[in-house]
Formats: sequence, structure tokens, C-alpha cells
Amino acid sequence: MEPAAAKLIGAGIACIGMGGAGVGVGVIFGNYLSGALRNPAAAASQFSNLIFGFAVTEALGIFSLVIAFLLLYAV
Amino acid sequence: MAEKPIEPIHQFQIHDLFPLGNVGGVHFAFTNSALMMVLTVLAVSALLLLPTGQRRLVPTRMQLISEQLFTFVSDMVESTAGHDAMKFFPLVFTLFTFILISNMLGMLPYSFTVVSHLIITVCLAVLVFLTVVIYGFARNGLKFFKLFVPSGIPWFIIWLVVPIEVISFLSRPVSHSLRLWGNMLAGHIVLKVFGGMVVGLASVGALGAIAAVLPLGMAVALTGLEFLVGALQAFVFAVLTCVYLHDAIHPGH
Repeated sequence: MEPAAAKLIGAGIACIGMGGAGVGVGVIFGNYLSGALRNPAAAASQFSNLIFGFAVTEALGIFSLVIAFLLLYAV
Repeated sequence: MAEKPIEPIHQFQIHDLFPLGNVGGVHFAFTNSALMMVLTVLAVSALLLLPTGQRRLVPTRMQLISEQLFTFVSDMVESTAGHDAMKFFPLVFTLFTFILISNMLGMLPYSFTVVSHLIITVCLAVLVFLTVVIYGFARNGLKFFKLFVPSGIPWFIIWLVVPIEVISFLSRPVSHSLRLWGNMLAGHIVLKVFGGMVVGLASVGALGAIAAVLPLGMAVALTGLEFLVGALQAFVFAVLTCVYLHDAIHPGH
């Protein structure tokens, strides 16, 4: 296999990791929504917790995206 | 087909506006990135200083915007990091407004997104990390190490938990900087990829020009999304700064 082709395939495979972050972010927002519908009065106070959880989870997806970018443009 | 290939990462190129000379083999120059940073600082200063010059009892619209921005960040610091962290309010407010306004200015066509370069976000994240470490030790002394030992853990788990906590603490500046950089970089690349599709399809012929409406619509929608992402990432960066400062002030879990 040509090295250039292997690079592109590797970048594509690296992006699979973002799927896991997608599942995680979905779980966070889904659970926040179901919690907020059960107790709307407490929803606003948990908004910064929601954003914190979202940010921490999303960072893992960004890591795999960074690997893909490194393979595409830096290697 | 387009004559020259459309490069989605061309927009992130840094070029010299006027060189300042070489000092010890290092090339110094005033670049487009530096120009955008100066413009950001000027825009933030103008937004905050001009409307609040004469403090009216009935605020003007611009004064309302700057007051809202101020109370928004001050409420966030108070609720996330605690009342003791209010001395770090200027740091958090500066980080938030700088990232927010530079992202908004970066959305203008032909401008440059400052935080789409890793070195900028690493500088900001390391600044926060060092502030947390130095202030944490200065305030708590060796009790700062309690941050790595969660309370209420059985003794036979401790030896497993402490290394994990240490690694997670040390990886904070990495994730803090990569998150902001990756989001802005990826969003702008996607915008340019869809813009390139419009050009590529429209140059094929009449049928292609009709089909080019689809990626054009996507590009418009993604531009709206990118404004949201820019504001959200500025907020996330500021919230995480507050969370880390909270750890420096109250190291016990």
C-alpha cells in the first residue's frame, strides 16, 4: 500500500473515535433534559454542570480529531 | 472543475504584515494573527469603556450589553468557583471576552481566527494551569496535595486512585487548550469544505449550479452554528477556568 493512501485511511479510522464522544454528549444532554422535565425548578442551577460535563466529554472526541488532522497535514 | 485545488486550511496561514527584524536568529514580525489580537483588544476595550464613560441611571443599549456581560461572568465565577475566587474575576473576564470577541471577529470573511492556532490556546491554558498550581500551593501549602486523594475511599483503592488523579490533573492544560483549538479549527475547515463544494459544483455546468444550492444552504446553516460554537467555547473555557480555580482554593474533595 502506498504511504499516502495509508495516511488517509488512518485519518478516517481515527475519526471513528469521535463516535464515542457523540454517544457521551448525547447521554449527558438526554439525561439533563429528562432531569429538567422532572424538576424544572432545579434545571437552571445545573446548567454550568451540564456545560462542564459536555466540555470534558467532547474533549475526548477532539483528541481523535486532532490525530486525524496530524495524519492528514503533519505526518 | 476548479483550476486550482481549494485548500481548506489555507485560511490559517500566518504571514508577516511588516517584519521587525531578527533577534538571535529568531524572526520577529507583526503578523495577521497579531493584528487580529490587537483588533480584539481594541474592540473589547471600546465595548466596555465607551458606553460606561458617563454612567447613566437609565442605561443606553451598549451600556446594557457591557453590564450584562459583566454580571454574566461575575455570576458564573461566584456560582462555579465560590466567593473566595472573586479576586480572579479579572482573569476569567479577560479570558472570556478575549476568546469571545476574537471568535466573533474571526467569523468575518477574510479575517483570521486567532485561537485556531494551538500555540495561542496552549499559552492561555498554561497561564491558567500555572495560576492554579502557584496559587494552590501559596494558599494551602502542602494541603494542596489533598486534591489527589479523594475522601471516603477505602485504603486498598487509594494506590490506584491517586495516580489516576495525578494524571488527570496533569492532562488538564492539554485538554483545556486542545478543546478550544480543535473546535475552532474543525468548524472553520468544515465551512471552507462546503464553500469549496459550491465552487466545484457550480463550475461543472448548469446542472451543477442548481445542485450547488444544497452545499450553499449547508454553508449558511453551519455559519450560524459556528457563531454558536465560538460563543459556547469561550463560555466553556471560562467555566473550566473557574472549576480549576475552585480546586486551587478548596483542594479537599
